[in-house]
Amino acid sequence: MKILGRLLNRERPTLSPGDEARRSPGIEVGAITALSGGPDPNEDALLTLQGVISRGEELLPLCACMVADGMGGHAGGQIASDLAVRLVGEWIVNRIYRPFLSQPDDPAGRQPVSQVLMEAIVAANGKVHKACPEGGTTLTCALVLGSNAFLAHVGDSRAYLVSRDTIRQITTDHSLVSRLIELGQITAEEARQHPQRNVLYRALGRAGNVEVDTYLQSLPAHSAVLLCTDGLWGAVSEEEMLSIIGTAPTAQAACNHIVDRATEYGSDDNVTAVLVQV
Amino acid sequence: MERRPKSLVTSEDNRTKEGALKAGTVLQQRYQILGVRGSGGMAVVYRARDLRFDKVSRICAVKEMYNTAPEARLRQLVRQSFEREANTLALLSHPAIPHIVDYFGDQDHVYLVMEFVEGDDLESLIDDSPEPLDPDLVTSWAMQICDVLDYLHNHDPPFIFRDLKPSNIMVNPYGQIRLIDFGIAKVFERGQRGTMIGTAGYPPPEQYRGLAEPRGDLYALGATMHHLLTKRDPRQEPPFSFHEHPIREANPKVSTALEAIVMKALEYDIEKRFASAQEMKAALEAASRPAVKQAPPASTVALSPDEALVSSAEEIAPYWAFGCEDEIRSSPTVSDGIVYVGSYDYNVYAVDAESGKFIWKYPTEDVISSSPYVWEELVLFGSEDHALYALFKDSGRIAWSTPTKDRVRSSPRVALDHVFFGSDDHHFYCVSARDGREMWTLDTGSYVRSSPAVSQERVYFGTSDGSVYALDLLTGKQRWRFATNRTVISSPLLHDDVIYVGSMDWNLYALDAHAGWSLWSYRTQGWVVSNPAISETFGLVYVGSADGNIYAIERDTGRKAWSYETGGPVTSSPAVANDAVYVGSTDGRVYSLDARRGDLRWKFDTGGSVVSSPTVSAAALFVGSRNKHLYALPL
Repeated sequence: MKILGRLLNRERPTLSPGDEARRSPGIEVGAITALSGGPDPNEDALLTLQGVISRGEELLPLCACMVADGMGGHAGGQIASDLAVRLVGEWIVNRIYRPFLSQPDDPAGRQPVSQVLMEAIVAANGKVHKACPEGGTTLTCALVLGSNAFLAHVGDSRAYLVSRDTIRQITTDHSLVSRLIELGQITAEEARQHPQRNVLYRALGRAGNVEVDTYLQSLPAHSAVLLCTDGLWGAVSEEEMLSIIGTAPTAQAACNHIVDRATEYGSDDNVTAVLVQV
Repeated sequence: MERRPKSLVTSEDNRTKEGALKAGTVLQQRYQILGVRGSGGMAVVYRARDLRFDKVSRICAVKEMYNTAPEARLRQLVRQSFEREANTLALLSHPAIPHIVDYFGDQDHVYLVMEFVEGDDLESLIDDSPEPLDPDLVTSWAMQICDVLDYLHNHDPPFIFRDLKPSNIMVNPYGQIRLIDFGIAKVFERGQRGTMIGTAGYPPPEQYRGLAEPRGDLYALGATMHHLLTKRDPRQEPPFSFHEHPIREANPKVSTALEAIVMKALEYDIEKRFASAQEMKAALEAASRPAVKQAPPASTVALSPDEALVSSAEEIAPYWAFGCEDEIRSSPTVSDGIVYVGSYDYNVYAVDAESGKFIWKYPTEDVISSSPYVWEELVLFGSEDHALYALFKDSGRIAWSTPTKDRVRSSPRVALDHVFFGSDDHHFYCVSARDGREMWTLDTGSYVRSSPAVSQERVYFGTSDGSVYALDLLTGKQRWRFATNRTVISSPLLHDDVIYVGSMDWNLYALDAHAGWSLWSYRTQGWVVSNPAISETFGLVYVGSADGNIYAIERDTGRKAWSYETGGPVTSSPAVANDAVYVGSTDGRVYSLDARRGDLRWKFDTGGSVVSSPTVSAAALFVGSRNKHLYALPL
């Protein structure tokens, strides 16, 4: 034992950035939702469930967060997005947080996270569809576990991976214009002005069934996941988001600044952002 | 004709709760509403009686559209646009186009009175049918639609329908089709704000950049046919994704010729579609002739391009083959121009990678299924004689060996100068790589045949009771344990803080390396004893299954990207290099597949079951076979 201990002490490489992140007290979360200047109610919703669990000397961050952007008249959008985040949040608490607390050393038999998130959204879809037939909502959800993020996504809210000098959209917009860009029919610039830029081909609560995109994203040290609705990404460029997040002192400050910028640019939509920094 | 409404009904009293006109309401003192025929979007279509003909019951269709433009001036524009369209329509004369009888309107509504069309629209037909519609029927409708499109496109001025879709096509009991909605409703749908759901599903992509031209109608006809032939509603799919859903997959009754016509109409690039409706009709006619539909006689079946490729590619010749005295189940390792492999003839062999010439062999006391691992000057491997061996890789002389209490089938791994391996004696071992001295062991209570994955802090492996363990490298203390439902022989792959591992419960698992959470699992149809491999470039994880397939699973989503079926269970583990995946199968072949798409690049028949896993060097691929040979194959 001694020999190995010595060997490890001597030869152990300096902590890689990943190890360092793992030893930090967890993760930092910022969140904000802001009304547009217009008369419409806030149809955006967000939810964050942040936690850190110790395992021996190791700290395991565990954070679920999501944003949703509702649509549909007669307050349908507001009801749909609010209901969706609460239902998905409740599902995650019951299927991920609760089992972890009741059987901490037995990850056996637990459902894969991807399946939990997918089922959460499918279940929420059914309930929103029933409760609010006029409404629908986008939903982009991230579950950060240690240095992995699991994402589940429907609609055109977005998840970005932000690192020190790059920002990359993880999710694919389920929008008509994003398909048109893919096919080379229009440019990203034309998409911003396109009359049908707000048309989605997939949303939560609009049909009895919904197909959910899931993504597994490993998080390098000092990276962040940004979740936001189109009120933000439609107004503020990715370069600007990156620069604001890179210079803000805290995750919350980054969220505040980024939303201020969207308002400055006259975003006529609700603006919602959640930033999870690891 | 009197344009000013005399008796337009806007009073709430005349409307149902849903806002439709009640039966009995009379419009313009002439059209008596009998009931709602259909509704959708901004319009309601009524069945009505024309009272002008009081001796007979002349039935007509009245379409009511709501003018929802927010300002008076806009509403005026909408009305003018409507009137213009109605006048254009009145000029058209074709058996498949209903006659316009009248139109009128007020501030809130406009009305179009048309010939009443008997029958059902194609949307209700496909919705009510439990299966895709009959290809012959769809072809006959499509040819009629080509006729009417040809009429419209050659009209002076040309008329682009713009909104061809199943709900706009009626078919009467005699199988004759009519187009029923000339896009008039469109002018009422502008100016909506905020996020909306729904795409039309049928219009061509160029229509969304404002380009409407005849070949766009052909695309919409193709989209309509695709829906009818597959019963897959394009409004429920990502826009313009027809090419991802081959028609014959959903409906094998469709001929390849008909499928090709529909897919040509659905080309994104306008120039690649049919040049005109007439041309498309001619193609449909040709495809519906019986002679064309007949399959070639069995004796002259032509090779598909894929098969042709295989038959020529199959002729790849090995660089060399090295014969042992018994089966090779162990997987070769290559280092510094030398290939090392274990054999059931009790020996580990060192063979020159370039020439296949024998360099040395080392005899153990029993068969070898563990795969050699090279660390510094040593070759490490286990034997079923219960020991782990370390040989000097240049001479094949023994450096040290460590006994265990049962067979060592697990293949060793080295990290931080220590060797990690498992034994059938239920223990997992950590021994010094310098002298084989035991540092720590862990009793898992079941066979450890899986080979470990090691990081700087942890070691991961599976056991026959179905567990996947994560132990602290330093102490052997358990960090987490994940239970699958059957034996884990597959060796974990560690990549970006995720552990990928197969189980005999048929699943490939992705587990969080820190916490042991299951991130996703993918269920195959057989045991997964093959070790996963990953392509960073394509974000795909590859694994073999006893169901005979090699699978490519998306790392980020846990969904299948592709699978390739071999002729037998795949227990060999894939190797990834140069955009190719190499894997052996118990059908005796070694396969080279395109890593991104899973297309076959070549296959090589060894004549004996291949359970050994290929190893790739810069120059060649090395793999063993149960036909007692080690092969070097071209990449």
